[in-house]
Amino acid sequence: MRITVNVNGEDRTREVEPRHLLVRFLRDDLELTGTHWGCDTSNCGTCVVLMDGEPVKSCTVLAVMAAGHEIRTVEDLADGDRLDPVQQGFIEQHGLQCGFCTPGMMLTGRALLDRNPDPSDQEIREAISGQLCRCTGYLNIVRSIRWAAREEAAVAAPEATTPATATATTGSQA
Amino acid sequence: MQVPASFDYRRATSVAEALELLRRYGEEARVVAGGHSLLPMMKLRLAGPELLVDINDLHELDHIELVGDELRVGALTRHRTLLESPLVGRYFPIVHDAEKVIADPPVRNRGTIGGSLCQADPSEDLSAVCGALHARVVIRGEGGERVVPMADFHQGPYETAVGVGEMLVQVRIPVLPGAGSAYEKVERKSGDWAVAAAGVALTLREGRIADAGVGLAAVGAGALNLDAVQELLNGGEPSEALYEEAALLASANCSPVTDGRGSAEYKRHLAGELTRRALRRSVARARTAQGTTGEA
Repeated sequence: MRITVNVNGEDRTREVEPRHLLVRFLRDDLELTGTHWGCDTSNCGTCVVLMDGEPVKSCTVLAVMAAGHEIRTVEDLADGDRLDPVQQGFIEQHGLQCGFCTPGMMLTGRALLDRNPDPSDQEIREAISGQLCRCTGYLNIVRSIRWAAREEAAVAAPEATTPATATATTGSQA
Repeated sequence: MQVPASFDYRRATSVAEALELLRRYGEEARVVAGGHSLLPMMKLRLAGPELLVDINDLHELDHIELVGDELRVGALTRHRTLLESPLVGRYFPIVHDAEKVIADPPVRNRGTIGGSLCQADPSEDLSAVCGALHARVVIRGEGGERVVPMADFHQGPYETAVGVGEMLVQVRIPVLPGAGSAYEKVERKSGDWAVAAAGVALTLREGRIADAGVGLAAVGAGALNLDAVQELLNGGEPSEALYEEAALLASANCSPVTDGRGSAEYKRHLAGELTRRALRRSVARARTAQGTTGEA
């Protein structure tokens, strides 16, 4: 079947078999190998990508089911040389060792912060609970995502206002 | 690499079109929504449909609405939507209890209530939940719709009342005044299938239990006959002695098998103990609901 999937903001058209999995479409057809492929049974979560902004396990989504939808992969996180705060957080807080789970972890972190800019540690832990990491014990991944949340809050706050004023004016008349 | 065997794929644009495809392909067609049960089975060659009918575009099947004295949930409603619905949480805390421990967030973003029920896996959580809630399901076919009680929906492991050329379109859960409900699950690790699980839903009338519903997961294939437990509870005054009796009965009336998740003996013990815990919490919640909503 001929399908068009919007991947990282660009429409990509390919001829695929219905049984072709989204993870293979991304890695083999589009050569976006940042999306890793692990257990193939929707357990490990290394293949997580964002589908219409939400994390999904791409080993359990057919490419044909993604047609007409927006897929975002780890390749789209950085803006040129400028890393996404979540990526920077993984550097600052040593959020990875072998790096195998990292693309999925970072995309889940990104999706979480897009919905909830100030998550608690518990909320971060719940968000990544479908993804396995065998190196870090998760502690540094939680710290990395929290670092990104603080970084984004700091950047978003107007420089001239104190944090107290910024809070007081949030959600005012506008 | 695990890849399913070849199949045809059609994305339905209406329920009528989906039904037409299901009719035409008969036994060889399967509906796919989230796909998180079906696709792994296809990879393992435990399922080999010739046609997948993708219903993800049928937004009319994705709804949660209160109609009269029942909550109507479309078959395409995702686990995540159920978990995030305040309406569901207010009337049926048992659903939120269960949804928090069904798989994990990425899977809950895709999986649907209709898919969960139609998969009819004996270990599946929402089947036990809907059983306890005495839900009814709406099955649509060429000739129209029929409404089937959960007790008659599962006809065996992986077998449901949905016939050839039909599909599940809605789940209807009765909203009862003064109701309380809870789900208790033991799993080996976060997001896993249950070793065993128990759901309870009930109401309190003048301090006595009424409309009791009990559902168990992972302790026996197909629909378990839990009528005896429900009959014992109805009319009873909540007490530890009554919970003990109900726990023993639930334990005796299930049929677990020994597997990698635990021995039959252990699962039988869990069925009783989790029934007891779910009862305690359901009663506590019913009392709280009555305290806060008055005559409602």
